[in-house]
Amino acid sequence: MPDLLIELLSEEIPARMQTRAAEDLKKRMTDALVEAGLTYAGAEAFSTPRRLTLAVHDLLAQSPDTREERKGPRADAPEKAIEGFLRGAGVARDALEERETPKGNVLFAVIEKKGRPAAEIVAETLETTIRNFPWPKSMRWGSGSLRWVRPLHSILCILSDEQGTTTVPLDIDGIEAGNVTRGHRFMGGAPFAVNGFDDYEAKLKRDHVILSPAERADHIAQDAQNLAFAAGLELVEDKGLLAEVAGLVEWPVVLMGEIGEDFLALPPEVLQTSMKEHQKFFSVRNPKTGRIERFITVANIETKDNGATILAGNQKVLAARLSDAKFFWENDLRVARAGMGEWLEKLENVTFERQLGTQAMRIARIARLARALAPVTGADPDMAEQAARVAKADLSSEMVYEFPELQGLMGRYYAEAAGFPVEVAQAAQDHYAPLGPSDDVPEGAVSRAVALADKLDTLTGFWAIDEKPTGSKDPFALRRAALGVIRIILAGNMRLKLDSFIDRHLTLHKLGLNRAKATTGEIDTLEEVIEEISEHGVFGAAFHAVLDRLKDRDGAPETGEGSLLRTVGDAVPDISTDLLAFFHDRLKVHLRDQGLRHDVIDACLELGGGDDLAMLVRRAEALGAFLKTEDGDNLLQGFKRANNILTQAEEKDGVEYSFGADVKFAETEEEKTLFAALDAATPRIEAAIKGENPTEALEALASLRAPIDAFFEAVQVNAENEVLRRNRLNLLSRIRATCLKIADLTKLQG
Amino acid sequence: MAPGIGKGANVTGVIAMSTETTKPKSFQEIILRLQAYWAAKGCAVMQPYDMEVGAGTFHPATTLRSLGSRPWAAAYVQPSRRPTDGRYGENPNRLQHYYQYQVLIKPSPPDLQDLYLGSLEAIGIDMDMHDIRFVEDDWESPTLGAWGLGWEVWCDGMEVSQFTYFQQVGGHDCAPVSGELTYGLERLAMYVLGIDHVMEMPYNDPQAPIALKYGDVFRQTEEEYSRWNFDVADTDMLFRHFEEAEAECRAILEHPASDPKTGKRIVMAHPAYDQCIKASHLFNLLDARGVISVTERQAYIGRVRTLAKLCADAFVQTEAGGYDVASAQVPA
Repeated sequence: MPDLLIELLSEEIPARMQTRAAEDLKKRMTDALVEAGLTYAGAEAFSTPRRLTLAVHDLLAQSPDTREERKGPRADAPEKAIEGFLRGAGVARDALEERETPKGNVLFAVIEKKGRPAAEIVAETLETTIRNFPWPKSMRWGSGSLRWVRPLHSILCILSDEQGTTTVPLDIDGIEAGNVTRGHRFMGGAPFAVNGFDDYEAKLKRDHVILSPAERADHIAQDAQNLAFAAGLELVEDKGLLAEVAGLVEWPVVLMGEIGEDFLALPPEVLQTSMKEHQKFFSVRNPKTGRIERFITVANIETKDNGATILAGNQKVLAARLSDAKFFWENDLRVARAGMGEWLEKLENVTFERQLGTQAMRIARIARLARALAPVTGADPDMAEQAARVAKADLSSEMVYEFPELQGLMGRYYAEAAGFPVEVAQAAQDHYAPLGPSDDVPEGAVSRAVALADKLDTLTGFWAIDEKPTGSKDPFALRRAALGVIRIILAGNMRLKLDSFIDRHLTLHKLGLNRAKATTGEIDTLEEVIEEISEHGVFGAAFHAVLDRLKDRDGAPETGEGSLLRTVGDAVPDISTDLLAFFHDRLKVHLRDQGLRHDVIDACLELGGGDDLAMLVRRAEALGAFLKTEDGDNLLQGFKRANNILTQAEEKDGVEYSFGADVKFAETEEEKTLFAALDAATPRIEAAIKGENPTEALEALASLRAPIDAFFEAVQVNAENEVLRRNRLNLLSRIRATCLKIADLTKLQG
Repeated sequence: MAPGIGKGANVTGVIAMSTETTKPKSFQEIILRLQAYWAAKGCAVMQPYDMEVGAGTFHPATTLRSLGSRPWAAAYVQPSRRPTDGRYGENPNRLQHYYQYQVLIKPSPPDLQDLYLGSLEAIGIDMDMHDIRFVEDDWESPTLGAWGLGWEVWCDGMEVSQFTYFQQVGGHDCAPVSGELTYGLERLAMYVLGIDHVMEMPYNDPQAPIALKYGDVFRQTEEEYSRWNFDVADTDMLFRHFEEAEAECRAILEHPASDPKTGKRIVMAHPAYDQCIKASHLFNLLDARGVISVTERQAYIGRVRTLAKLCADAFVQTEAGGYDVASAQVPA
């Protein structure tokens, strides 16, 4: 059975696309070959900066013959019907067979297809694959219309077996497939022919091309580690960079160079970022001091001077880059040491979002909220406010302008230089966190207050202007922000009424959005509402309390239909509810990832208290664990049974059985036991709930399992005797009410 | 097709003929070698455009000529102005006025990469001693409504050129596709000549009776323009000129194709495009003065892009843009 070798040689393929492209080539080709009847034993794909290669082993030499029989219309069917059948089957009239069947004489078409040689199928398949290749971005070149990632120069496509090698005949827009390729752009010789994969790989290596990306990466990692080690240093590992660099060279030559003495005082992150982003250099660290002292670059060529010229050039470029970085760092330090005032002033002219105002306005809001949140996270309010005021100052710095990814980190350095307390500096670095599901939650109380305030300001702001995420669109990363809030609250087991803070801050946003057209009286009123929300818990109560007071005041602002205050008053509760529901959705996703079912959370949410996320999660976790026990599962079945019987009876009778079950009407022992059990469990459950101990509440509930099971085993609820029946239904109602104290078990599936 | 461009061009032969591999001695020698090289490869060596532009791409020989079906091959030096990059002549490699070398060939020849590498050899970069890399860098000009795919070319880690296959210009698909090469001349020359500060670079032959350095020619102008760009330029006037250029560009294009005086069909794509270039440079000046906010920025860029698109629309209605006078239509 022949082996197939395909190589698509082009101008340089972007490093980030190579791996995926090799996989796509393999998948698309092998799928299509199998579809056409050509099975194979194995396939491997490779990529270099200039080529995609696919090797398929033990391919069928030709696709198998096929025979298909199709039943058509009766022989005496109208001519039209027969013609239609002929068209569909693709056979001629005289090729049809007439066969006797119980339904009379019926026409049959026998379609026999001869197998086709592999070369023919490969040619078709490869052409389709090339023409429809899923490049993230593709282009045309010259006068042609073919699209490829960069101009495609040659196609090598051969089938080889014991008899020899044949070139698959194929011509795509003037590029004719052959058995020839070429080696390294600079170190390679003339084009050469190959007769199979082993020959191909060996000849490439001889001509200075390592075909396998993994082999190139290994080679780079090995040499880099060895060079660093030999100098008594260590390589700073960077898998992403390694993969990228392996995609930039066909023949990796690893070189280590010096970083000028002048630059060693720069923060290591700045060195590392500058070298990686601009030059794709690896950093080499002194393990004793933690300083980055050298760099490693990977060239694509061996030279007579062993890379000396190349290294000198790279060093020079690096020096120019680092002089820029050093210039930024020193300028920035000057501003930082002067208290960063200049940067904060600049932020007054930087728009955050058109409606939500400037960065300075945003910072003022965050500072206010951070102060309010400080008691929740255990931070000093003054310090939380101060931290929020300077946390984003680095956005004006030259370093962050140059390297946006260093925001926060530079903030920490600069806040330290400005002489702020260490907690404040740390908050500058940490307040963006967590940036994703796997990013760490900030540790310090000040950091957490600022981080929460930052995210809540963003969320309430975009909710206030109705820019919510839709479908796959979430340009302001609001889902991430909400998850961040959730993770910080849970990590700190923070007890807070989230909706109270949402209401407060939404009102502040509404105030900001309307400030231009609001009267002084209206502004003062909304300010009053904001301050009172913490007392009243939610917006509605605070709003009404303030409006009540206003009535008696002279020159009180308009509060009637269509007035600004009324409009805001109507809008805030709805937006707040909607945002809290968004938090609950994100919470469900988060907990689902941790193995907690969404219906369990729904069951807990039904009971209210959804604004206290930490408690909500504790309840949900306890319930989730309970349901996994035998008691829990059985109790749930018992509850459902009670609830079903009760609901049916209530529907039938048109009354609600909710009161008055009396033990004196209990006829059986099982009933009496159940009464006793409920009497014992109810106060326990109530106390546990009050004491915020959901596990204890569920344990108390579990004590009902046996009595409930026994009750249903022994007792007929719908008794003939109407008094007995009513009493039993009322007893079921007690079961239901007791269970529902803990969670809405009707929401649970299964 | 011009001789030498496209299939079969013998890169090494030309280099041997022109320069051997001797190192150039001055900034101007590098320019002269590039001119000679691309002339030998069949390009029309053109002169800089006589207006202020931000990059060689703005020269109509690139922007407009990359449109339409007619073959084209041009190479030229273009003085380029980037007001925000001014550093009063003090920064070793940042200038508010610098030179680009620009090559545009349509359709892009299959051996464009080899031709390009040949040009590096021509200016004294020995391919056996240096590490040349093509690193992904897709080009987009929001002001020109243009984009293409290609690379930045690295020599020993330094970006020495931009290499782009134009896909769209002024909102029009490029068919055929042009290949564009842009060399940042100062940076490239500093590298080849081994100079650390641009102002120290020999401008002419250091052995010449009156040897001039780059700083002798440009230090003073860098200072003067830096001051003017950043602090002095009259922003009210610049805003007004921007509006005027925009209005004139539109007005020019609103004239019917048929000229009442000569009776000829004269679509005034180039005069209109001049106004578009003007608007673009005025925007850059305003940007350097720091009077354009982040949100306004996008709006201004959008306005220039609209002009560029209108000019592109007009150019494809001209003969150079592929308009067929005989059949009076743009070929499909």
